[in-house]
Amino acid sequence: MIPYFLAIVLLAVGVYAIACKRNLIKVIIGSMICEYAVNLFLILMGYRWTATGAPIRTPAMDKAAGSADVVQRAQHFANISVDALPQALILTSIVIGLGMTALLAAMAIRLHEKYGTFDVAEMRKLQG
Amino acid sequence: MRDMLPLLVALPLGVGFLMPLLEKLREPEWLIDLLATLAALALLGMSVSLVGTANMDYWMGAWKGASGIFGIQLVCDGLTRLMLVTVHIVALAAVLFSTQYMRRYTSKGFYFCLFFLMLAGMNGVVLTGDMFNLFVFIEVASIASYSLVAFGCESEELEASFKYLILGSLASTFVLFGVGILYNLTGTLNMAQIRAQIPALADPKAPNLALYVAAGFLVMGLGLKAAMVPFHAWLPDAHPAAPAPISAMLSGVLIKALGVYALARVFFSVLGPSTEYAAVLMTLGALSMLGGVLLAVGQWDFKRLLAYHSISQMGYVVLALGVGAAVLAKGGPKPVAGLAIFGGLFHLFNHAAFKSLLFLCSGATEYATGTRQLKELGGLAHRMPLTSGCCRVASLSIAGVPPFNGFWSKLIIIVATAQAGYPWLAALAALVAFLTLVSFVKVQRYVIAGELPAPLQGVTEVPAAMQLAMALLAVVCLAAGVLAPFLMAPHIGFLDQAASALMPGLEAAKAVAVGGIAP
Amino acid sequence: MRGMTLIVRTVTSLVSAFILLYGIYIVLYGHLSPGGGFAGGVILACCVILLVLAFGKKFVDGLISERAPYLWDCLGALLFLAIALAGYYGGQFFYNFLVAPESHAAPVTAANVAGNYRLFSSGIILPCNIAIGIKVAACLFGVFAVLAVFRPMKTQEGETR
Repeated sequence: MIPYFLAIVLLAVGVYAIACKRNLIKVIIGSMICEYAVNLFLILMGYRWTATGAPIRTPAMDKAAGSADVVQRAQHFANISVDALPQALILTSIVIGLGMTALLAAMAIRLHEKYGTFDVAEMRKLQG
Repeated sequence: MRDMLPLLVALPLGVGFLMPLLEKLREPEWLIDLLATLAALALLGMSVSLVGTANMDYWMGAWKGASGIFGIQLVCDGLTRLMLVTVHIVALAAVLFSTQYMRRYTSKGFYFCLFFLMLAGMNGVVLTGDMFNLFVFIEVASIASYSLVAFGCESEELEASFKYLILGSLASTFVLFGVGILYNLTGTLNMAQIRAQIPALADPKAPNLALYVAAGFLVMGLGLKAAMVPFHAWLPDAHPAAPAPISAMLSGVLIKALGVYALARVFFSVLGPSTEYAAVLMTLGALSMLGGVLLAVGQWDFKRLLAYHSISQMGYVVLALGVGAAVLAKGGPKPVAGLAIFGGLFHLFNHAAFKSLLFLCSGATEYATGTRQLKELGGLAHRMPLTSGCCRVASLSIAGVPPFNGFWSKLIIIVATAQAGYPWLAALAALVAFLTLVSFVKVQRYVIAGELPAPLQGVTEVPAAMQLAMALLAVVCLAAGVLAPFLMAPHIGFLDQAASALMPGLEAAKAVAVGGIAP
Repeated sequence: MRGMTLIVRTVTSLVSAFILLYGIYIVLYGHLSPGGGFAGGVILACCVILLVLAFGKKFVDGLISERAPYLWDCLGALLFLAIALAGYYGGQFFYNFLVAPESHAAPVTAANVAGNYRLFSSGIILPCNIAIGIKVAACLFGVFAVLAVFRPMKTQEGETR
């Protein structure tokens, strides 16, 4: 339970950075921290807390697939490995985060060209 | 027919990625316009051909992946069909409008690329049957919309888009948190399979608190996309700053497809209606209605006023959905719940039509006169007859004046709310309708009626494509209003198929809507 | 932009070919080991960005035209879409029509064990990875190029998917 709580703390740190920081780049870093928090949370969703032992895959699991003890060994291997689906979700989420960060950085560069500063207080509409 | 479902996502994606090629290979402008218009027409044709068909589902790649857990499923039920037609009518009007309007901006090829990517994202949102796929398509549409808001690259637009981006990415993070918690609780991402496991998790004797945490995260995230009042801070800056056809798309369909549709899907089809969720939806709806209209009355910027009214009208829709959920959760009379949901969805369709028309009119006014401030406009009725006529039609629709479509949907929502046992909320809805009327009388007086001020003496009517787009939406408003009693008839089946996707047992509600108001 | 010091330039010229090869390996073996189109594309883009950072803007002046990133980006995405639409040939959108139909249900059996974990064992996943690799590499290099190299451009295509 502690790791889930720490992921929420990371999210809170990211939200603090978005809300309270005056430099545009620090706001961007805050949104990146929020993305890291949610990716961490999803990874933890896939972890098998009750599993013991290292998941080592042996060639014997491939041969004669269909015999009972090989099937049982393969099933045991699947049970002690982490869940693979959250990893696919996180890959997609990382790509989306990359797209947003690239867009944020491009906008920050253009805003700097307009105003000459990264300070949020100088820009009219970014209050709050 | 089933094979057409992925094409609704693949066609805009393909056209979207073809546009920068045409732009960079220096193809003529009319080719880009023609391709965009043909694509929008083809999508509208496909959506209309889906109306009235049976519910379909489609597994991508014919792969269910461990009995449905991994596979990606596309689902087309009544609500999907309603959203598809709504999205594509507004998209066609916006494409027609932007062929002329976007000449004043830099690159039309890139604009249409982002536009069609946003359209592909919205189509994906309404078609998907999988929670994570919902998140992915919400992100695709949102990122395209952030870029489109910033398209003009002036300082106002960049700031508005930056704020929208930060708040939008925070909302998406919350949505992903909610989806992650739901996956951990149920072990699957498919909406239908989650729904099957919810009664065990939400058992009143041993409720699983994590489910409510997930619901809370989803409400926060999707509520921001729908511009509900505690989370509305991005909308009054983003919608005015965007180019006018994009404002029409954002206000007209994006906050509906990404916000209200996703809220309805999650809280009716996935989590199932319960009294707590219904209370949350009704609170958000009531706050948005009141907050939006009170903030709008004092605005003097045309597009900012329209943006605040978007918040208020979305409050109507969410209030109606909340009332329907409350009645269903308490086990109250099904016809009342069906009427409320029907009213909400009808208002969603109507708002898409008249709000997009209003934004296109404001874009036409800005194109002709160069200003958005109400105090600087005036007396455009003679110089710009079609624009003023369409603006009048849309203002009367949003204010809820009888032969137009806004009247019917607001009436159904107010009556259903009163009958469900919330008379104060119904009175609030009526008050908000009155304030909306006041606000649009002000708009009419300052924009259309009155004297033409000296700086505006040389204005002429806008080009033909823009007029065609506005006329199209005005015809839709009029038709939906005049034909409303027929649209509610059971055998037409367009709107009540949508409502029956959200609740079972709608036959009695249909009879109520057609034959009279008493259940 | 100017280049960097002699040490950076020497090491880059020695190492960049291996980085490129590594990126291509990650793209091609994406269906067997971690990686795939996106990760391999990022590595390919980073290799070219490293070359630009180390040698300066004059490195790309003759090699990469201003519109090359856009063209390769769109071609990669359209190739991916074409592969997905070609699935209709097998009956469904995105269907894996390059693999025998019976292996959809039971991927690993005693009969086809010898054909597993090979380069061409995954059907359409390999061409999809290549298309995504091209797209992501062109896209990320394009973002870098527009922001840092072709600076006077006023428009911005912010979409990187």
